[in-house]
Amino acid sequence: MSHTAFIVAAYGVAALGLLALTLMLVLDNRAQRRALADLEARGVRRRSERRAP
Amino acid sequence: MALIDLANPTRFLAWSGRVLPWLSGAAVAVLILGLGLAFRAPADYQQGETVKIMYIHVPFAWLAMFGYSMMAASALGILVWRHPLADVAHKAAAPIGATFTFLCLVTGALWGRPMWGTYWVWDARLTSVLILLLLYLGLMALRAAVDDPGRAGRAAAVLTLVGAINLPIVKFSVDWWNTLHQPASVFRMDGPTIDPAMLWPLLTCAAGFTLLFLALHMLAMRTEILRRRVEVLEARAAAEATA
Repeated sequence: MSHTAFIVAAYGVAALGLLALTLMLVLDNRAQRRALADLEARGVRRRSERRAP
Repeated sequence: MALIDLANPTRFLAWSGRVLPWLSGAAVAVLILGLGLAFRAPADYQQGETVKIMYIHVPFAWLAMFGYSMMAASALGILVWRHPLADVAHKAAAPIGATFTFLCLVTGALWGRPMWGTYWVWDARLTSVLILLLLYLGLMALRAAVDDPGRAGRAAAVLTLVGAINLPIVKFSVDWWNTLHQPASVFRMDGPTIDPAMLWPLLTCAAGFTLLFLALHMLAMRTEILRRRVEVLEARAAAEATA
């Protein structure tokens, strides 16, 4: 493998790793927001929100 | 607003909702600038163009230790003040720190093969960073293995503080033992030994990756707060359904 191939491999692995991490965190965030919205739509709310006028 | 006022999940959600888009934008902008500077930087007289790997490997190494230091500070928050936001910060940092540590090891191996003639050697620096990765993975596994989140948080905090002994070992391993890994060349008592033509691109890349780390951590903290709210509401809904 030439030195260029090692450089490309290093940047490629870094880009893939960071992309996968970001995607995982964004999708998890969306899933939790959706779950919270579903519960609220069913009328299940936090006590502090129930007391609010 | 005082910093202590932010140490409340609801206020943190509101504050971070405003900050996160700016932080993410700044991370992308500084990373583009840093990588642009890195690719225009001169080749090293010994490493040649392979020095380009250092512009990502070194920031990954710094952030692997930064992430664990953050977790150690959060562990104190869990054990001393029992603050829920400290527990959220601790849990959210683990997968991000683990990823940066893994990328540090992989990019280091890809630099080592053409420079040292080997992907891996069991020297003190490489081995202590591998232990750091195992600590991150162990902490994630520990939290996943204990059902009670409070107990899981406290157990993980204790293990984090015990594992923090590894941080000075990682940092000073190249001074304390004979290692194939080169000694520090940036954070030294007598100043950096790198030429400014390479130092500034490196520091800019490090700033960009640090902003990215902080943005991802903020996003993960927001998600963890939402997850805990969902769990509480689901439990309440189930209790009301059976009442």
